Amino acid sequence: MIFKTLTAAAAMLALTAPVLVAGGADDDTLVINGDIEITTKAAAAPHLDGHLDEVMSGWHFRDDDTQAMEMDDFDNPGMIFVDVATDTWNTAEGSEGKSCADCHNEPESMAGVRAVYPRWNEEAGEVRTLQMQMNACRTERMGAEAWKYDSGDAINMEALLASVSRGTPVNVAIDGPAAETWEKGKEIYYTRYGLLELSCANCHEQNYGNYIRADHLSQGQINAFPTYRLKNAKLNGMHSRFKGCIRDTRAETFNPGSPEFVALELYVASRGNGLDVEGPSVRN
Amino acid sequence: MEFTRRETLAVGGAAALVAMLPKGAYAATTEEWIAEFTGGAEMADAGLDLTAPEIAENGNTVPIEVSADGASEILVLATGNPTPGVAKFTFGPLAAAQYASTRIRLAGTQDVVAIAKLADGSFARASKTVKVTIGGCGG
Amino acid sequence: MADGVKPRVKVPKSASAGEAITIKTLISHPMESGQRKDSSGNTIPRSIINRFTCEFNGESVIDVTMEPAISTNPYFEFEATVPEAGEFKFTWYDDDGSVYEDSKKIEIG
Repeated sequence: MIFKTLTAAAAMLALTAPVLVAGGADDDTLVINGDIEITTKAAAAPHLDGHLDEVMSGWHFRDDDTQAMEMDDFDNPGMIFVDVATDTWNTAEGSEGKSCADCHNEPESMAGVRAVYPRWNEEAGEVRTLQMQMNACRTERMGAEAWKYDSGDAINMEALLASVSRGTPVNVAIDGPAAETWEKGKEIYYTRYGLLELSCANCHEQNYGNYIRADHLSQGQINAFPTYRLKNAKLNGMHSRFKGCIRDTRAETFNPGSPEFVALELYVASRGNGLDVEGPSVRN
Repeated sequence: MEFTRRETLAVGGAAALVAMLPKGAYAATTEEWIAEFTGGAEMADAGLDLTAPEIAENGNTVPIEVSADGASEILVLATGNPTPGVAKFTFGPLAAAQYASTRIRLAGTQDVVAIAKLADGSFARASKTVKVTIGGCGG
Repeated sequence: MADGVKPRVKVPKSASAGEAITIKTLISHPMESGQRKDSSGNTIPRSIINRFTCEFNGESVIDVTMEPAISTNPYFEFEATVPEAGEFKFTWYDDDGSVYEDSKKIEIG
């Protein structure tokens, strides 16, 4: 595999000069606020046998300046939207006059929740993403309007819930009633889309660590979402990122919140089982 | 009055150029910015540190730092941007150091220039070339 | 006033008299540069924060003139001397005339 050759070459070079060969993943350690240690590399889950040995966060594929922005909550511009969501958390909305805090107390009470979504909801008989669950709370318990998928309010709240789960390993269930949705997501992951006929796997499984123009490909992990991108200077949702990727293959894409992207989110999340929740992260 | 892109293009060349310039945003050159700041004085090479990445991962958010002991003001310019102005830092009596760090936009690979007005009224200049890379999937 | 503008500042809660401290500030703001065009090709008008100031007990720490080349969600880091207990005042001035303020008290200890 080309990537391994490159890494080996980089390791040789590193012996003679402190030069980081751009492209590959580095060996830095992610500690946020000097306090929260984040697992950014882990042995791949058994279902990835024959596909990947090790899974790693996209953080390893960024340069030092971008990495540093995520290591301090003040330097991370994504955290300002966590502040905005904390205000929303405490604000009563809808016909029932309730806020999130009225049922869930402090946001910290939701620690660990981000790590197990998407998950099967027995009552509803469907796999729900965290945003779907947030909207179920809003419409069923608060009598408030659902947020549009990946809209500012929804992404900010997802960032708040991710931030209190940082350092918890992603652990989505893929068996039992979720298995069908997971299989559907896996099929999408390996399907070639668009005029360029590219699947998710072509870039993020077979070529991570290699260049795509002047940038380098990550494994496409979603443990660190929502992510503040330097490119558009805002928090970005997973489904919007999926849409951007598929659009770039010059295909008609699925939409954020569609059953296809819900299934894909479950499957891609499961590829990161063992990596810690890291959002809101900073990427280029 | 609103023009669509097609309508704007349909207007004759020179007129269209004038119409498309943002109001009041006459783009002064880097030299003009410097002349206004220094009054044409000589600039030394020492006394001012400018820190910027050699390669910026994204031109939209590039971290920079300026530092000049005892300076009253530091001007930062991006020579390759549509308008070169970035920021002017004026240090008050309670600044513990004449130092500031911020994040800036660079339209492409270019020189970032900083000029400090030092305590004795003289000027110092520092410059750094920053390469701005083009992202993988459409930036 | 731009939508959802929210300032954040980071100042230590206490310092010894005369100590130099590091201050960080961030404010959510689109910083529309005036260089971009909308989907019909019309220039989107400039709308930025054009000035930021920090004062301590009425005396200036730093005063920044900002141009459109400052990134979205402007960030500044700088250093201040704390001669006595008191209050830092932070002010951001928007092109549209809006003024955003924040303040932080600091003790001597």
